[in-house]
Amino acid sequence: MVHNLTQILGNPLLALAAAIAAIMGYLTVNAMMLIWLERKFSARIQRRLGPTEHGPFGLLQSVADMGKLLSKELLTPDHVHKPLYLLAPVLVFSPVIALCSLFPISESWVFHDFNIALVLLLAISNVTIVGIFFAGWGSNNKYALLGAVRSVAQNISYEIPLILSVIPIVLMTRSLSLYQISAAQDVFPFILVQPLAALIFLIAATAETNRAPFDIPEAESELIAGFHTEYSGMRFALFFFAEYSNMVIVCALAAVLFLGGWHGPLLPGWLWFMIKVYGLIILMMWFRWTFPRLRFDQLMSFAWIVLVPLSILNLLLTIVVIKLI
Amino acid sequence: MQNSIEVVAEDRDTYYMNMGPQHPSTHGVLRLKLHLEGETILSAEPFIGYGHRAHEKMAENRDYLQFLPNTSRVDYLSGMIYNLAYCQAVEKMMAIEVPERAEYIRIIAAELNRISSHLLWMGTFLLDLGGITPFLYGFDDREKILDILDSITGSRLTYCYGRFGGVTMDVDEIFVAKTAEFCEYFRGRLDDFQRLVIGNVIFQERTKGVGVFDPELIQHYALSGPCLRAMGFARDVRKDEPYGIYERFDFEVQLGQRGDCFDRSTVRMGEMQQSLDIIEQALKELPDGPIMAAKVPKRIRPPEGDHHFAVESARGRFQHYIVSDGSDIPVRHKLSTPSFVNISTMPQVMPGTMLADAVAILGSIDIVVPEIDR
Repeated sequence: MVHNLTQILGNPLLALAAAIAAIMGYLTVNAMMLIWLERKFSARIQRRLGPTEHGPFGLLQSVADMGKLLSKELLTPDHVHKPLYLLAPVLVFSPVIALCSLFPISESWVFHDFNIALVLLLAISNVTIVGIFFAGWGSNNKYALLGAVRSVAQNISYEIPLILSVIPIVLMTRSLSLYQISAAQDVFPFILVQPLAALIFLIAATAETNRAPFDIPEAESELIAGFHTEYSGMRFALFFFAEYSNMVIVCALAAVLFLGGWHGPLLPGWLWFMIKVYGLIILMMWFRWTFPRLRFDQLMSFAWIVLVPLSILNLLLTIVVIKLI
Repeated sequence: MQNSIEVVAEDRDTYYMNMGPQHPSTHGVLRLKLHLEGETILSAEPFIGYGHRAHEKMAENRDYLQFLPNTSRVDYLSGMIYNLAYCQAVEKMMAIEVPERAEYIRIIAAELNRISSHLLWMGTFLLDLGGITPFLYGFDDREKILDILDSITGSRLTYCYGRFGGVTMDVDEIFVAKTAEFCEYFRGRLDDFQRLVIGNVIFQERTKGVGVFDPELIQHYALSGPCLRAMGFARDVRKDEPYGIYERFDFEVQLGQRGDCFDRSTVRMGEMQQSLDIIEQALKELPDGPIMAAKVPKRIRPPEGDHHFAVESARGRFQHYIVSDGSDIPVRHKLSTPSFVNISTMPQVMPGTMLADAVAILGSIDIVVPEIDR
């Protein structure tokens, strides 16, 4: 795709800038629409109407909120560690832009087909944790620090089952390229042969994105707002955007690894991809509005006692089966 | 009794954290001073008084009828019970006979109020545990109760429905029909809550074995209400020292076993069921007749001496202790509230648990901060 853009615009740098602008535009609109969707969806679960006032079906509610956040004063509390405090929202949000460019949206619609895309993706996504820790540490607030500590512990713990559930797919396709993995699922999606890995991946991914029932870094009833307690205005909005963008990333990864990427009957490939991604996002929203939150120690023991052994077992089984076939 | 875990090695860092007075889960303006090591609580100290409105002092400066509107503001979530309790306390002092119909209406109104209070507890408790949806479900059903009570009292939260000798307004067939309809509807909803909330695995993980009350606490703190019953002690003022006409009704005292957050939850869920039973019996037997006593003295001048009256509020044993010198203004009016007792146990219950448990324990004992402060 970058290649095509270069042909149209005539300059590779210009093409790159256009691609980044396109991704940022997509992420902004996506986050706003997801916030609207979450509100509507939660409202339906809770026998409410949700936003109805602004625009058809309240669609412009997020635009109004956006306007409010943009026009708010950028408040920096006196007691914060300024460099870390200011850097944190940027560090949390920027990896998402890089990650978005890795996904094959359809057979012909790929920004760039890296042969190590999967490793790159898992590596870059962890930069977010640094940003979250900077936010908690730089805020110089006990609630924020507790949230940051929880977040780092949780992300590192759930990273392990997440990666362990991805490796069987890599073994099966003998490729780290997301394009190759998608292409290998033209007959059947891998969820049929790797249901356990898919389940572990979904649980770990929910934890990675700090979504309920694993939202303990934010845990508003315990830690007020967790690591972003001291943030307001557009800086807070960046954290918020990052959360929804990360949902897209993990759901897109799940769609590529387990649901067959762009493969599907009748409809065009990119549409199938989007249906899978947003279907998974709705599933994650469903979790959030159904379950209460786990306690911190229960969350950790769930990762180490249940998920890690299960994913290792699944990996071993996969190795044995691949060897036999 | 162990007050805090002070055995901390010298090389380990501990810190203090103020939870409140502005915090999402302290249910108002309560401050907890927590001594933490990591996320483990070493000691907890509640600070109260942020919502102090001097109800007791106000009672000493006005006559008995003038204090009546204050009563439902003490605990705004079960205001009806508190309001009627004051009426009953004064009636007991003055030996006023209340007509049958008024007694039945009082029972219905008080039990409806108890259900609405427990529903709000369920919502906020789950909110503390991170489940947002039950809160909305609880409020949805609570709204129906508020509408019913609104139709007879004219207010939704701070009722002033009782009068010395009866109630202000009579109920009609519409009220009876709507209440009966609600009872039938709410039984189904309670089953849903039982299944969706109490049956939830994460809910059980979060509440079982958390915040266990030591039986020794009862002697030291005079615990009452669902917190006491969750420990397996069948104490309920409605059964033990029946006031009004509670002895005519057939209901069971709900009991737990261990006295943890889970037992307190199941006890309250069961109490909603029992309240429905009481309401349905009262609706069936509701007699005709007047709603006010024929002869109520214009000026309330109780005989000289100490007077005491206790009721079972949604949170536990609520007592009026009134000292009268024979004039129409009380010398002392003590309101003994259950939330005050429950919050006082926190320094004993919280040490050793985690920060998230502290929130769960606070939610499970169902405190109303203005009731603590009065």
